[in-house]
Amino acid sequence: MLAKRIIPCLDVHAGRTTRGKQFGRAEKGELRDMGDPVELAIRYNDQGADELVFYDITATSEGRSFILDIATQVAEQCFMPLTIGGGVRTLEDFRMLFLAGADKVSINSGAVSDPDVIRAASDHYGAQAIVLSIDARKRPDALGWDVYVAGGRKSTGLDLLAWAERGQELGAGEIVLNSIDADGMNTGYDIEATRAVAQAVDIPVIASGGAGSPEHMCRVLVDGEADAALAAGIFHREEYTVGEVKAVLAEAGVHVRLM
Amino acid sequence: MIDYGAGNLHSVKKALERAGFSVERSTNPAATARARVLVLPGQGHFRQVMASFKRSGFEPAIRAHLAAGLPFLGICVGLQLLMESSEEAPGVTGLCLLKGKVKRFDDPEVSVPHMGWNQLYKRGHSALLEGIPEGAFAYFAHSYYVDFVSENHPGASTNYGNQTFLSAVSFENLHATQFHPEKSQEVGIRVLRNFKRLAQNVVGS
Repeated sequence: MLAKRIIPCLDVHAGRTTRGKQFGRAEKGELRDMGDPVELAIRYNDQGADELVFYDITATSEGRSFILDIATQVAEQCFMPLTIGGGVRTLEDFRMLFLAGADKVSINSGAVSDPDVIRAASDHYGAQAIVLSIDARKRPDALGWDVYVAGGRKSTGLDLLAWAERGQELGAGEIVLNSIDADGMNTGYDIEATRAVAQAVDIPVIASGGAGSPEHMCRVLVDGEADAALAAGIFHREEYTVGEVKAVLAEAGVHVRLM
Repeated sequence: MIDYGAGNLHSVKKALERAGFSVERSTNPAATARARVLVLPGQGHFRQVMASFKRSGFEPAIRAHLAAGLPFLGICVGLQLLMESSEEAPGVTGLCLLKGKVKRFDDPEVSVPHMGWNQLYKRGHSALLEGIPEGAFAYFAHSYYVDFVSENHPGASTNYGNQTFLSAVSFENLHATQFHPEKSQEVGIRVLRNFKRLAQNVVGS
């Protein structure tokens, strides 16, 4: 039986792992240094993480060279799936990240400005290698969610569910749903939004944003119907190991891969 | 290691090296004539990969390699290409080295692609899977699967939704996995080490 996945996520800025709240910004001093990404990756590999996700949160040419270097180093030591994202816009961006050792490449704002790049990348690399990452925030009327770009700063006017369905049609093989409201708050995932997306699409959905405890992960995997739960701070701050989270999940009857 | 220009070959190379192989990536079928062991890593579309095989001349190179009784490992699409046909590319003939058809997962209750860690259940005595516990997890990322055929080659099966599919198979010196050994941590490295041992029995060290 397919296991539910636990995925540590590393936001990388200037070669270091960082963490903020509700999409905090480096230039405003809103990010905390959480350590060396390669060391963290190896630690999570040893703890039984099912995959790793790296986001290049600067996505400048300098940031890109850092992330390529990190990917190459991690790919040499961790024999597990690696997803890389951040600033991906063109087929050439996909190519560079696959060459550096990514198994999956995640695209976010770039797909909103040019949806056809999803199709081009999916045709070339296969749907299983293309991840559509969506930043969403609840609408003021609370009747749905809007898609944001530019690090959560700009509303696109796109409806979350419509965009998720479109992404699947264009050939994305997986969706990462980042809740801007829940990001870094440690108060739990957006269960409602996750379940709505999971029911709207047939491809796997990874919940992201808000993990503060193993129980939060349990809820989003069971009630939120997510295939995987992504988390950052709870692992970086060493509040829980991946193994500890999985032990809680297994106890609650969630099918996970134990070491 | 055959390089047909798609996907992440870097990690396959690193994992093979970890298992003790010395690896050369090649886009040139002539170079495969020198290889004592061939690995066909898998990412991409059945139609595109078959088309590029035909264009580049890899198809006769693989056939000659197997006809000479030399060890071969196919991964993911590298397993599917060994079959007769695939629903991913109607009308395109596979390498027909094994009997069977490649189908798309169609259980509406499960997500497609089949992505993540799923369990291996052994069929027969599989030397490729020696030392790997029953129900061990390996990493999968695919939308199409190999349906079972009458022949009972040793290997493994895996369950997804209402489907049980072929997740590993060995036939003489041909070995193939639907999962990605290069992404399956210790389980995957063990499979590659077993493949190395089997290959050494054929071609020496």
